This record gives sequence, structure tokens and C-alpha cells, in this order.
Amino acid sequence: MTGRAVVIGASAGGVQALSQILPALPEGFPLPVLVVVHVPPRRDNALVELFAAKCRLGVKEAEDKESLRGGTIYFAPANYHLMVETDGAVALSSEEPVNHSRPAIDVLFETAADAFGPGLSAIVLTGANHDGAQGLKAVAAAGGMAIVEDPATAEVATMPSAALAACPSAIPMSYDQITTHLQELAAS
Amino acid sequence: MDAKIVPDTIEDIEIELLLEAVYQHFHYDFRHYARASIKRRLLHARSQLGYDSISAMQSDVLRDRTMLPRLLNYLTVQVSEMFRDPSYFRALREKVIPHLRTYASLKVWVAGCSNGEELYSLSILFREEGLAHKTMFYATDINPSALKAAEAGVYPLEQIRLFTANHQKSGGHSSLSDYYTAAYGRAVFDKSLRSQVVFSDHSLVTDAVFGEMHLISCRNVLIYFNRELQNRAVGLFRDSLARRGFLGLGSKESLRFSEHASAFSEFVGGEKIYQRTLP
Repeated sequence: MTGRAVVIGASAGGVQALSQILPALPEGFPLPVLVVVHVPPRRDNALVELFAAKCRLGVKEAEDKESLRGGTIYFAPANYHLMVETDGAVALSSEEPVNHSRPAIDVLFETAADAFGPGLSAIVLTGANHDGAQGLKAVAAAGGMAIVEDPATAEVATMPSAALAACPSAIPMSYDQITTHLQELAAS
Repeated sequence: MDAKIVPDTIEDIEIELLLEAVYQHFHYDFRHYARASIKRRLLHARSQLGYDSISAMQSDVLRDRTMLPRLLNYLTVQVSEMFRDPSYFRALREKVIPHLRTYASLKVWVAGCSNGEELYSLSILFREEGLAHKTMFYATDINPSALKAAEAGVYPLEQIRLFTANHQKSGGHSSLSDYYTAAYGRAVFDKSLRSQVVFSDHSLVTDAVFGEMHLISCRNVLIYFNRELQNRAVGLFRDSLARRGFLGLGSKESLRFSEHASAFSEFVGGEKIYQRTLP
């Protein structure tokens, strides 16, 4: 465990936004990347196939109790919350939906903030709801880096705007700025 | 493996102490549950029950007899649906039931039955497959109020549409409406579905083997345990199963990381249905 990680939350318009960011991550990217996208509660995870084909990093559905590894992109399974334990292992849960969503971005962000503290970068992307706002606030409170997709250019601004309102210290970034930030993380 | 990246907060310490207190005083053992989820639920309980801190809540839990049942409702997860993951029930119907037919009598254990959705699903499935008359069901949980709800078999009517769709996708060849009566916004399930059910308080964490089962269905229970507890529970299932008995887990659970994995073979891998191998 490097003690560092990246978490990303996306909803409406999320697949396109992630297509701008995840394929830009270079081979050997040293951090694990955990992603929650609001998807309908089906069993098969089409996101994994979609992004495995586009990305240079390993892409997989997160499995309960597995240890996170750098250079891997983990997607939350449909219909389960994705959490991080304080020892850096994945935990899944079929608890109640949060913000009408399961997986919920808040659940991933809050548990990852607990686990990684200042070692965490969290990014709220496009979406039509308020999920991720409380989580981003928790990330910032734990000393992590809080980022939102610039609401001015996001496909759906509601979610990054809500996150920025709840967490005023969050930095709005364009896709280019986000990928630059992530590449800097890899270098540091 | 327990190395923490970030030091414990005061809240983490309070949670540790509360779980220890609940164990010492009431013998409910949540100490080795997956911690991230327990923490979220305890923080939720704290704010819902109106406490400023976990420690303040702990004080009342130890002294006020009405508090433990309320706390248990937060600590245990009671989210389910009938015929959840219909493909699991379809696999039971098509692949497991043919084996079960060969037995003169059957025992089925629904471990961690919560409010009973899974139990009624299996009871209906066994009736549809003509096995109900020779089957005894055991439904267990640690939460007395969940067991009571399971025994009542009453669910909000607004869930019935989902339950019905799931039932059909599971290959059900009767109508779900044959099994309940709708009244006052609730669906009351037929009590004949539980005429051969024993409801019982049982903990996978602290209690012992439950004998000679032909099928154990325990879905979305093990994910709330840490690895040591998972090992204990799976060991309990191994010892509770008849030769060549079946174990069904949740869609995101597996025996892959279990130290007892070699006691089982994958029977329907994609549906997390395992078979006890011969010793």
C-alpha cells in the first residue's frame, strides 16, 4: 500500500467524462483509482469492459476484501456500495441506498477519506443529483485534495456545483487540469 | 494486514469501546465486522438517536434496556427483496433442485434471514417444485426484531411489483399473488409458507453448528464480516452441511479467499452456489 489513492464519482454524462480522464492515466500509474458511477442495478458491469478497452491501466470490478493495488482502476459493482477499509482493502455492502443511489459516491468518498486522509485525491464529475457533496467535504476535512469538474463546462453541472457548495475549498478543474493533476501525483 | 494508513480518530476509539461494551454486556459480537460499514451505521445511529458522541450513546446502551434493540436495528443490515438476483433462484431451480429431489426429507437453512424475504422466496420455490412437503426450513438471525418480522411475513405493498418481477425472472411457474393477501398497503404472506419453518436466534459469530443441512442460503451476510469471521462462518457451514450439500452465497461473495475453500467445489460458479465435497 502506498497510502495514497484517487477516488472519482460520476453520474449523468459520467461515461463521457471518464473517457476523457481514465485513458490519459499512464502505464505504471502508482495509485489505485476507485470509481463510482451511478448505473442501473443490473448484474453485469459493462463499464469494466468499456474502460478496459480504452485504458492503459488494469480495469476491474472491485471485489469484497481484496487489497487495493496501484495502477488499477476499480469500478463499484452495480447495486453495491463500494467502501475502503482503513487497512486499504475493499469492502462491498448492500446496505440502504444513499442519496437514492447504490453505489453512492458519498459512501466511497467518506470511507476513503478515513482510510487515506491527506493521501487521497477525490474528484466529483458531471451529474444531475447531489451525491458526492458530503463525501467531498469529508475528504477535504481529512486533509485530502478535493476537486470538482468545472461546473461551467460539465455536461450536467448539478453534482459538481452541489459538491462545490458543500466543500468551498474544492478546486474546479477542466479535464486537462484533472489529468495533469493525476500525472503530477504519479510523479510525486 | 491490519496496518492502518491513517491513525485512529477519537471516534474510531469510541466505536471500538462501544463494540467491546456491547459484547461484554450483551454478548452480541460486532467486534470483527467489516469496520467501514459498522462505522457508518453507528454514526448514523448516533445522529438519528440524538447523541453528541458515541461515548454518550454507549452510556445509555449499557444502562437503558430499551436501547439495545434500537441499536441492533442500526448494526444489522435489513435490506433485502424477494427473489433478489433472480438468476440465483433460477439456478437453484434448474441445477440444485434435481439433486434435492432424490432425498426422502430435506433441511434448508436460511442463515441471516433478516426480515424473511429470502425465506419466503425459497418456501415458494420449494412449493412450486413439489418439495415443500418434505422440507424443513430453519431461519436464523441475531436480531430478535428482524426474526419477528420474518415470522410475520408482511411487506409493504409497493415492493410487490419488484418481488413479482423477480419471481417471474426466477422461473416461477405460479403467480406470486397466490401467496399473499393485500390489505391496507401491505402484503400479508400466507402462513402455510411458514408451517415448516423453525425461526431461531443464532449467531454465525458466536454460536455452533446447525446439523445436516442439504442447502444453506446465506447471501449478503458474509460481506459484513472481516476475513477471520468469514472463515469462522464458512467453517460452520462446512460442518453443518450434509455430504454433497449446497451452499449459496451473495453475488459478490466467494469462497476464494476462505481457508475452507477446499471443502467445497463450485457448483454453479456464476451464481456463487457451492457444493460440499466429500471429506
